[in-house]
Amino acid sequence: MRLERRAAMATLLAGRDDNLLVIPGLGSTAWDVAAAGDNDRNFYLWGAMGGAAMIGLGLALAQPRRRVAVITGDGEMLMGLGSLATIGITQPGNLAVIVFDNGVYGETGMQPSHTQSAVDLVSVGRACGIRTCLDVRDENGLAGLAQRLKTLDETLFARVPIAAEEPPRVLPLRDGVALKERFRAAIGIKP
Amino acid sequence: MSAHVPDWPDRLFELLKRSDVRQVAYVPDAGHARLIERIRDDDEIRDVALTTEEEGVALAAGAWLGGNRAALLMQSSGVGNCINMFSLARICRFPLLMFITMRGEWEEFNPWQVPMGSIVDPVLELCEAEIYRVGEPEEVVGTAERAIQQAFGNERIAAVILSQQLIGKKVWTK
Repeated sequence: MRLERRAAMATLLAGRDDNLLVIPGLGSTAWDVAAAGDNDRNFYLWGAMGGAAMIGLGLALAQPRRRVAVITGDGEMLMGLGSLATIGITQPGNLAVIVFDNGVYGETGMQPSHTQSAVDLVSVGRACGIRTCLDVRDENGLAGLAQRLKTLDETLFARVPIAAEEPPRVLPLRDGVALKERFRAAIGIKP
Repeated sequence: MSAHVPDWPDRLFELLKRSDVRQVAYVPDAGHARLIERIRDDDEIRDVALTTEEEGVALAAGAWLGGNRAALLMQSSGVGNCINMFSLARICRFPLLMFITMRGEWEEFNPWQVPMGSIVDPVLELCEAEIYRVGEPEEVVGTAERAIQQAFGNERIAAVILSQQLIGKKVWTK
C-alpha cells in the first residue's frame, strides 16, 4: 500500500509542538513540509543533496532537549547512505530520519531510484545499527510513527511508502541566510 | 617522522576547548591522530567519525542551527569530496572551520595523493574559503585563532591547511 504524500506529511506534523525541529530534504519532501504549514522551526533544503540526515544529526547533538525529524526522499537518502552508518555509531536520543519512498526521482522526471528494484532502506538502517527501524505499511503505521515523533527518545529510522505522484508545488522561503536566521531565532539562539 | 612528539595537536585541542567548539567531525587521519585522540577522550566535545568528509560539512551546518560550534578535520583528499556540500555553507553563510592535513606536496611516497593535493588551494578559493596555511609548529595556534574568528565571527568558511612538512612524512617501511 502506498500513501498519498501530502496527507502523510500532514498526519506526521499535525499538532506539532515547539520542540519538534524539522529538516525537510531537497525536493518534494520540502514542498510537502511547506504544504503542511510553514514554521520557523523548519530548515528547508533547496540543495545539499545527500546532506539532510547529517544536518539533522548535528542539530540533534546540539539540541538534546528538542526532537529532530529529518524528512526526506529516497533519492536524497541514497546520495547520503553513509550518513546512516555515521548516525548508527552516534545514536542520539532525539533524532528521527524518515524517508518518503516512492521509488522514483520525482523532480527530474520520475526515473527509477535504487529502492524500486533492489534496495531496502529499512534493512540498510538496521544494518547500520539503528535499533528502531520502522517499515510503515499503512495508515495505522503512519499514525504510530506520528505518535512516536511526539515523544521521541531514541534514534529512529522509518520508511514511508508513498505513491509516485506530483502534487502542485508549494514553495517555501528560498533565502538560505534568512532560513538559518529565523530557525536559530525561533529556538532562542542569540545572533 | 622525527623522534620527539610534537605538541601542537595538544595546543590546538586546548584552543578548540577555549573557543567553545562542541562537535568535532573527522575521517580518521594519521596527521590528526593525536588531536582526534584528545577529542575522543574529552567529555565536553562530541566526536563524530564520518564515512566521508562531506557529511561533516552538513553536520557543522546542523550544529550551528542548534547553536553549537563545530570543526571538521580531514586530509587534503577530503576537500574534493566536499565541493558540492560547501554550497550549503556558502549559500546560507554557515560557519565552517576546517583543519586540513596535506598530502602530496612534500616527500610524498604515494603519487596517487598528488592530483588532489596539488589543487586544494584553488578548489578552496573557488569555494570562497579563507585559507590559513601553517608550516611551522609555533604558528599553529595563532593561525587557528584567526581562522576561528573568521568562521564563527563572520560566518564564513575558514580552512587551516597544515602542511605536510609540519605533519611529517608517512613511514612506508619499518
